[in-house]
Amino acid sequence: MAQQHVLLIEDEPNIAEAIRFILTRAGWRVSLHGDGSDALALIRDAAPDVLILDLMLPGRSGLEILADLRTDSALAALPVLMLTARGQGRDRDAAERAGASAFLAKPFANADVLDAVRRLAGGQV
Amino acid sequence: MPFNILVAVCLTYVILLFLVAFVAERRAQRGRLGWLRSPLVYTLSLSIYCTAWTFYGAVGYAARSGLEFMTIYLGPTLVFVGWWWVLRKLVRIGRAQRVTSIADLISSRYGKSNLLGVVVTLMAVAASTPYIALQLQSVTLSFGVFAAETPEGWALPDQGATALWIAGGLALFTILFGTRNLDANERHHGVVMAIALEAVMKLLALLAVGVFVVWGLADGVGDVLARIDASPIADWPLQPARWAGLTFVSAAAIMTLPRMFQVLVVENADERHLATAGWAFPLYLMLMSLFVVPIAVVGLELMPAGTNPDLFVLTLPLAAGKGKLALLAFLGGFSSATSMVIVAAIALSTMVSNHIVTPLWLALRQGSAREPGDVRGLVLMSRRVSIGAVLAMGYGYYHLSGGSAALASIGLIAFVGAAQVLPAMMGGIFWRGATHVGATAGLLTGFAIWLYALFLPSFGTGGLISPHIMADGPFGIGWLRPQALFGITGLDPLLHAMFWSLALNLLAFVVFSLASFPGPMERLQGVAFVNVFDQAPGARGWARGGAEAEDLLSMSQRILGTEEAQRFFQGQAAGQGKAGYLPDTTPDFIARLERQLAGSVGAATAHAMIAQLSGSASVSVQDLIAVAGEAAEIKEYSAQLEAKSEELARTARALSAANEKLTELSVQKDAFLGQISHELRTPMTSIRAFSEILMESDLSEQMRAKYAEIIHEEARRLTRLLDDLLDLSVLENRKVQLNIGVANLHDLISKAVTAASNTRPERNFVVQRDFSTEHMPVFTDTDRLVQVFINLISNSRKYCDAERGVLRIEVKRRGQQLRVDFIDNGSGIPKKAQGLIFEKFARLTDTSRAGGAGLGLAICREIMANLGGDIDYVPGQGGAAFRVTLPLQRKVPPFDRSGAAQADLNDL
Repeated sequence: MAQQHVLLIEDEPNIAEAIRFILTRAGWRVSLHGDGSDALALIRDAAPDVLILDLMLPGRSGLEILADLRTDSALAALPVLMLTARGQGRDRDAAERAGASAFLAKPFANADVLDAVRRLAGGQV
Repeated sequence: MPFNILVAVCLTYVILLFLVAFVAERRAQRGRLGWLRSPLVYTLSLSIYCTAWTFYGAVGYAARSGLEFMTIYLGPTLVFVGWWWVLRKLVRIGRAQRVTSIADLISSRYGKSNLLGVVVTLMAVAASTPYIALQLQSVTLSFGVFAAETPEGWALPDQGATALWIAGGLALFTILFGTRNLDANERHHGVVMAIALEAVMKLLALLAVGVFVVWGLADGVGDVLARIDASPIADWPLQPARWAGLTFVSAAAIMTLPRMFQVLVVENADERHLATAGWAFPLYLMLMSLFVVPIAVVGLELMPAGTNPDLFVLTLPLAAGKGKLALLAFLGGFSSATSMVIVAAIALSTMVSNHIVTPLWLALRQGSAREPGDVRGLVLMSRRVSIGAVLAMGYGYYHLSGGSAALASIGLIAFVGAAQVLPAMMGGIFWRGATHVGATAGLLTGFAIWLYALFLPSFGTGGLISPHIMADGPFGIGWLRPQALFGITGLDPLLHAMFWSLALNLLAFVVFSLASFPGPMERLQGVAFVNVFDQAPGARGWARGGAEAEDLLSMSQRILGTEEAQRFFQGQAAGQGKAGYLPDTTPDFIARLERQLAGSVGAATAHAMIAQLSGSASVSVQDLIAVAGEAAEIKEYSAQLEAKSEELARTARALSAANEKLTELSVQKDAFLGQISHELRTPMTSIRAFSEILMESDLSEQMRAKYAEIIHEEARRLTRLLDDLLDLSVLENRKVQLNIGVANLHDLISKAVTAASNTRPERNFVVQRDFSTEHMPVFTDTDRLVQVFINLISNSRKYCDAERGVLRIEVKRRGQQLRVDFIDNGSGIPKKAQGLIFEKFARLTDTSRAGGAGLGLAICREIMANLGGDIDYVPGQGGAAFRVTLPLQRKVPPFDRSGAAQADLNDL
C-alpha cells in the first residue's frame, strides 16, 4: 500500500514544520504550501488523501478555498482538517458550514492532529 | 280728496319706509344698533300679527258677529301673559340652534330631517298664499274706496293692475332689505325698523278714526255705549265653543304662523325683550281693539245699508268729509297689509330656499364640485326668486279668486293651517320622546284634513270641491263628508275642521312617536331642545339624570377620540357593575367625565360642554371668558410642547448616532479581539507543538537545537506582541508618560538609522540624507520620536521590494511645522491599502517575513498624536512615502499631566 499523502496549507512556517514533523514521523507523506491564492490548483494537482487547511491565509482565506473544493465534483469528498488560531465558536461554525470534515483550534496537542488525520484518512478508505 | 294726492302720499310713505329701512340697515352694518334693538321695536315688530284683516276686518267681523272678533286678540294676549315661558323657550332654542324659520325649527329638532322641512314649508306656503292675496285685496279695495269718491271719475287703473303694482313693489322692497346678506342670525334690521314704523302708523290711524267716531260722530263715551246697547251687536249670542276654539287657534297662530315665528324668534335680538313684549304687546292689541265695536256700531247706524262693514274705517271719515283722516286710515291699512306681506315673504322665501331650492340644486349638481362661494350666491339668488314667487303666487291667487268674498274668512283658515305645526313644535321642545316619524305623521294628517275639510270647501260649494262630495262624501261615503267627518254633523265648519285636524294630528304625532325610535342625531337635538331651558346658574355640581349617557359618549368621542372615550365609558360602566359603554349618569360619573374632558379641552370648556348637554347649568359670560383663557393657555402649552419635542428629536438623533458609533466600536472591538487572539495563538501553537516534540522524541542534537531555537524565537515574538499591545493601549488612552527633552533632530535620525540596521541586516539598503537640513532643535519626547523613525526605516528595509533599496530622508520646515519624509524606491503601497495601513493588525504581506504583528504603524500614529504631531502616507512619490509632522513649538495636549511644566519650558 502506497504511502498516504497529506497536503498542508499553512502560512506560519514554524507551525507547518511542526505538523510536517509529527505526520512524517507517523508515516505520512507531507507536502507544504504557504499561500492561499494558488492553493486550489495545487490541491487539484496533488490530489492528497487528507488536506489540512489553515483558516487565515495570505491571498485567499481557507473558508473560500474550502467552499470551492466542495463544489468541485472531483474534490467534494476530500477529507479536510481545518485549523484556526482565532479560536472563536464562530469560526468552527463557519468551517463546518463550508464543509470541513474536522476542526482544530490552535494551539493544539500533537496527538490531536495525528488522530484527526488518521480518522479522516480511515473514513475515506 | 283727490285720488292723485292719495297716490302721492302713498308713494311718499313708501319712500319713507325705504329710507327708514335703509338707514337702519346702514346703522346695523356699522354696529351702531342702539335703540334699533330695543324691546320697543321688538314689540312693535310683533304687531304684524295685526294685518289688514284685523285693521279693516275686525270692524266688519264685529258688525257681522259681535264680540267674537275679540278672540283673535285674546289668544295672543293669553300666550304673552300666561305662556311667556313657552315663548322664552322658543326664543332660547332659536338662538341656540340658529334657527332660520319655523320649518328649520321642526327640521332641526327632528334630527335635521329635510323631509320635515319640506312638509312644513309646503304647508306654510299653502296657508299663507291666500293670506297674502287677502292683503293685496284689502289694499286694492281701499284704493277703490277713494277712486269711487273721485268726482271726475279719475282714471283708476283696474283693480288687478293695482294689486300687481303693489305686489311688485312689495317684492322689490323685500328683496332689497330681506336678502341683503346671509347673516348667520338671519336678522333684518331694516325690515324690522320699517314694520315697527308701520305698526305705529296703523295704531295711530285706528285710534284717530276711533276718537273721531266716538267724539266726532257720536257724543262721547256715554252716547256710544248707549248706541252699542241699542245695536244688534249686543244681542249677538256668545257661542262658547267658537270662542274657545278661536281663542285657542289664534293663540297657536301667534307662535306657528311663519311670519310671527320670524319676528318672534328669528329676528329676536335679546331674550329679555320678551319681558317687555309680555305686557306691551297685549297692550298694543288692546288699543287696536278698543274702538272696533264703536266704529262698527256707528258705521252700521250711519252708513247706508249694504255698505261693506269691512271698510267702515275708511268710509266713515270719507262720508263725514274728513279726507285727511281717511288718508291716515288708508295708510294704516296699507301699513297693516304691507308689513304682513313683507315679513311673510321673507319667512316663506327663507323656508322655500333653505328646504326646497338649495337642497334640490345641490342634489342635482352633486356630480360637479363647486366652491362654497357659489352656494352662497345660490342661496341669495334662490331667496330672491322665492320672494318673487311667493308674491306672484299671492297675486295669482288674488287674480284667480277674483277678490271673492271667500277671502274674508281666509285669515282664520290660515290660522288653522298654521296651527297644524303646533303638536310637532310643542312636542319637540317639551317631549324628548317625540320622533320625526311622529312629527311627519302628525303634520301630514293635520294638513290633509285641513285641506279637505276647510281649505278646499272655503271656495264655496262648486268651487274646488264638487257639491256632490260636499253633500254625500267622496264615493258616496257619508262619514267622509268634508264638513261632517266621522258622521259628526251640526258643528261649525271651522270648528269641525279645526277639531278633527288638530285632534288627529296630535294623535298621529303621539302614536307614531311612541312607536318609533329616534336616531342619534334626533336624540342629541331632542336633548338640546328640551333641556335648553332648565338651568341652575352657578351650580358646579351635576344633578342626576340631566344628560343621557349616550349623548355624553357621543360628545366625548369627538373630544377624546373614539377609542379613548369608549374605554373611559366602559371602565366607568364596569365600575358601576354594568356591562357595555353606558354607565348611569350619576353626579359622580359626570364629575369624573368632566375632569377627563378637562384634560383635553380645559375645565371651563368641559364644564360648558357638559352643561350644554345636561342642561343643568348655564354657560355664563364668565365661563366663556374662562374658555377663551384656557384656549390661550393650551396654545401656549402646545408651543412649548412643540419646542420640547424638537429638542427631543435632536436628542434622539444624537443618541441614535452615538448608538451607531457604539455598535461600530463594538464590531471593531470584536474584530480586534479576534486579531489579538490570532496573534497570540500563532506563536503559542509553535511553542506547544515543538515543546511536545522535544518532550516525546528521540531527536538528533541538531534537530533539538533547531526546534529549541524556534521555541525561543516564537517566545520572543509573543513578548514583543504583548509589549506592543500594552504600549498601544497606553498611547491610545493618552496615559503615556512623556519625557520631554531637547535634542538635535540630526542626532535622532542617526540614532534611528543605526537601530533599524538590525532589521534584515543582510539587505542591500542605502539611506540617503541631507545633513545640512537636519540640524535643528526639537522639543519633544525624543525616545518616542526615535521609535517612530526606527519603525519607518525598518518597514522600508523589510518591505521595499527594490533590488537595491534606497531610502531618502528629507527634513523641511513649514512655518511652525517640522516635516520629516521617508521615501523609498519600492513599488509603494497599493492605493486601496493606503487607508488601512495605520489600522491595528493591518499587515499587508506575509507575517513570516515581516516578523511583526502589524501594530507598528498603529503605534506610530498614536505616538505622533501624543506628541501633538501627525504621520501620513504620501501617495505619488515613486515608492512608499511616509511623512512625520511635528510642531516646532510643542503644543501641550490638554490631557498631558506634565503640560504645565512644558509650557514654562516653551517660554524660555
